[in-house]
Amino acid sequence: MAGCFTWIKAEPTGICIVPADAWIDPSRAVARALVTHGHADHARGGHGQTIATPATLAIMGARYGVADGAVPASYHEPFTLGGGVTATFLPAGHVLGSAQILLEYAGERVIVTGDYKRSPDPTCQPFAVTPCDLFITEATFGLPVFRHPPIADEIARLLAVRAGNPERCVLVGAYALGKAQRLIAELRAAGWREPIYLHGAMETMCRLYEAQGVPLGDLRPATGVPKAELAGTIVICPPSALTDRWSRRLPDPLTAMASGWMRVRQRARQRGVELPLVISDHADWDELTQTIAEVNPAETWITHGREEALLRWCELHQRRARALALTGYEDEDD
Amino acid sequence: MQRFAALLDGLLLTPSRNGKLALIADYLREAPDPDRGWALAALTGAVDFPAVKAGTVRGLMAKRVDPVLWELSRDFVGDTAETASLLWPEPEPAPQGPSPTLGEIVTALASTTRASAPALLASLLDRLDTGGRYALIKFATGALRIGISARLAKVAFAQAFAVPVDAVEEYWHGQSPPYAPLFQWATGAAPPPRTDLLPLFRPFMLAHPLEDEAISLEDYVAEWKWDGIRVQLVHVNGETRVYSRGGDEISASFPEIAGALPFPAVLDGELLVRGNQQGGEAGGAASFNALQQRLGRKTVSKAMLAEAPAFVRLYDVLIEGGEDLREQPWTARRARLEALMPRLDPQRFDLSETIAAADMDALAEIRAGARDAAIEGVMLKDRASPYVAGRRAGLWYKWKRAPLLVDCVLMYAQRGSGKRSSFYSDFTFGCWDGDPDAGAELLPVGKAYFGFTDEELKWLDRHVRQNTVAKFGPVRETDKSLVFEVAFDSVHASKRHKSGVAMRFPRISRIRQDKPAHEADRLEALRALVT
Repeated sequence: MAGCFTWIKAEPTGICIVPADAWIDPSRAVARALVTHGHADHARGGHGQTIATPATLAIMGARYGVADGAVPASYHEPFTLGGGVTATFLPAGHVLGSAQILLEYAGERVIVTGDYKRSPDPTCQPFAVTPCDLFITEATFGLPVFRHPPIADEIARLLAVRAGNPERCVLVGAYALGKAQRLIAELRAAGWREPIYLHGAMETMCRLYEAQGVPLGDLRPATGVPKAELAGTIVICPPSALTDRWSRRLPDPLTAMASGWMRVRQRARQRGVELPLVISDHADWDELTQTIAEVNPAETWITHGREEALLRWCELHQRRARALALTGYEDEDD
Repeated sequence: MQRFAALLDGLLLTPSRNGKLALIADYLREAPDPDRGWALAALTGAVDFPAVKAGTVRGLMAKRVDPVLWELSRDFVGDTAETASLLWPEPEPAPQGPSPTLGEIVTALASTTRASAPALLASLLDRLDTGGRYALIKFATGALRIGISARLAKVAFAQAFAVPVDAVEEYWHGQSPPYAPLFQWATGAAPPPRTDLLPLFRPFMLAHPLEDEAISLEDYVAEWKWDGIRVQLVHVNGETRVYSRGGDEISASFPEIAGALPFPAVLDGELLVRGNQQGGEAGGAASFNALQQRLGRKTVSKAMLAEAPAFVRLYDVLIEGGEDLREQPWTARRARLEALMPRLDPQRFDLSETIAAADMDALAEIRAGARDAAIEGVMLKDRASPYVAGRRAGLWYKWKRAPLLVDCVLMYAQRGSGKRSSFYSDFTFGCWDGDPDAGAELLPVGKAYFGFTDEELKWLDRHVRQNTVAKFGPVRETDKSLVFEVAFDSVHASKRHKSGVAMRFPRISRIRQDKPAHEADRLEALRALVT
């Protein structure tokens, strides 16, 4: 029976599956949590039981130490959650291990997307379009100005700028989990075989990706390398380190940033970015709207991001929708 | 157009001045005529198509994008041109052929009307990509707002073609977009454009600070350095224009001056308002502060003309009766200037007198004895000097009075830009509003971002990071423990500042790590120096 969904509750601290007494991506510690992916704002520590894909559990383990009560869930394998609810993790295409969660109860099918994207990513499995009655979607880039260009174009621009500035290094700010590894994998795919230098905060996740079967090539720590040796290289750091004292060790770094926000020039300018790279691990406006059309749910709930515009789009296309007020999800650096 | 769009993008995202100069210079060398001339016009704010306004763009978008989605997008992006460029629907099928050139766009926009502008703009937008659309809208609405000054564009022009920037400034005036004669001259294809028949600004001759140079008053003449604004008066064909330092015309703000030069000439002098501070009770001038009230006004009331009448204290004559005197020595020009004085209204003009002194020691005494705080110091001019644009070594010197000093406490620090982008390098400092031991507070009195060495900057940056008590965006509030000795030229009463005073030209003179904060100066010490 579409249109009820009383067994799913959107609370400010997460999405509650009432009959199973379980939560999806809760922002506080709970007895039982289903976690869509390893980003810190979705995957918090301290839950009694954490159900997630093996890769997400590995990422959480690397961040918080060994997680007690870790329950691995493989893609496409339904399991009983209790209280008559069946859950299935499906690939979301966001980062390694990221999942949408399909919930089935009393004949109703609900999908919680977590964060997702539709464009290809060599470091994770692609988003699986799955029919459902209620589609609970993210909206990080839920404004029509956000259209992410093909990543190959952005990588080509990065390599061209590097080649044009042989005495400088290109310092790319990229989120340490997902964005950095995708960037490296795409650089390798574009034929860049030279060592790529990393800020210390990147190393753990890169090693973890390699252990999970994502080859990243020759990676080296940037720390301790003489300035002159870094001329003409590509260095990757977390966005917060771009203007930090850390970057003083680099040879006249040309500041780049890999983020969907870079689509807006003024944002790039505010951050002092010389080379904005429009690379995002989230769905852009076209992907968000196209996905809703393809999944074709009876109702759409919009979790976090710019909900108003997506809500307006649903209204214009005569789709039943509402915005949820969830707290604790960040989108600043993606 | 794509080349111009790439230039705008580069300028927007390149933080360093040299980087921006190189981008513009490369463009000016490589782009074809007349595109590069139009680009230069856009950079210097000289483009205006009356039929195209920001409202034209909003009107176009209203037909293509849902109004709610437009508003939400516009709010997020913060710039109408950029929002429109991002939201413009890509035409189906994709347009064939090359994108329009700047010259083509100008021809089309110049002949359009308010009625036909939307359709024209739409057809042009269809032929461009996102960056091109952004550049087109910025160009057509005449509001680039990318932080490039006209001066920077002219310096880039000079750099592109290896010509003197002063010559660019001189020939620039009187030219209009797309500046074909200017490019022809710069590329060596034609002689410089004629400027003698136009009321044009000629770049000022400037002075170097006097440091250790040994100067003899036999070779150099001394004059007071008056504290007003340097102006140039140009009279050609019955019309007089008043220009300020940067070549901006300020005739409208000072109609009494513009109306007072009755013969063809180009004169150099200091604009002042009547008062009793600079040059004595009778025929003297007021402080800079009084002059400031009259700056930047488009129209001047009668009351203001009566209350604060302006006059010019003349330094030099560049051209008189069609004769260019700039190559002649200072002594010859001075004789010409003195001969002109009887023909000028003494209400509006006087002569900047030379100072009689036997030698530099005597001059130093006179300079130190000038009670008149409004006088900035003395000028020393080589008697044989021609009038040349800009600062030329050895010809003119300014010998400023020793700066005033005050001990202030560091209150806030802001990160710098460019090379200093990771350093806290802009400092706001304050003085005690009373006795600090009796609970008085610090009030900000000024801001400075130079006067220290690179080593000191590193130390200051560390000090700020280790002694932060609050953060406001890029600004940190410190624990107010560090004392600066701040040097400045003068201090004036100011209603805009809570402390009631504003310093001129403050800089960090010394970092006083030895001095406890409560021993820093009080506001009353600064107020006592107000002129």
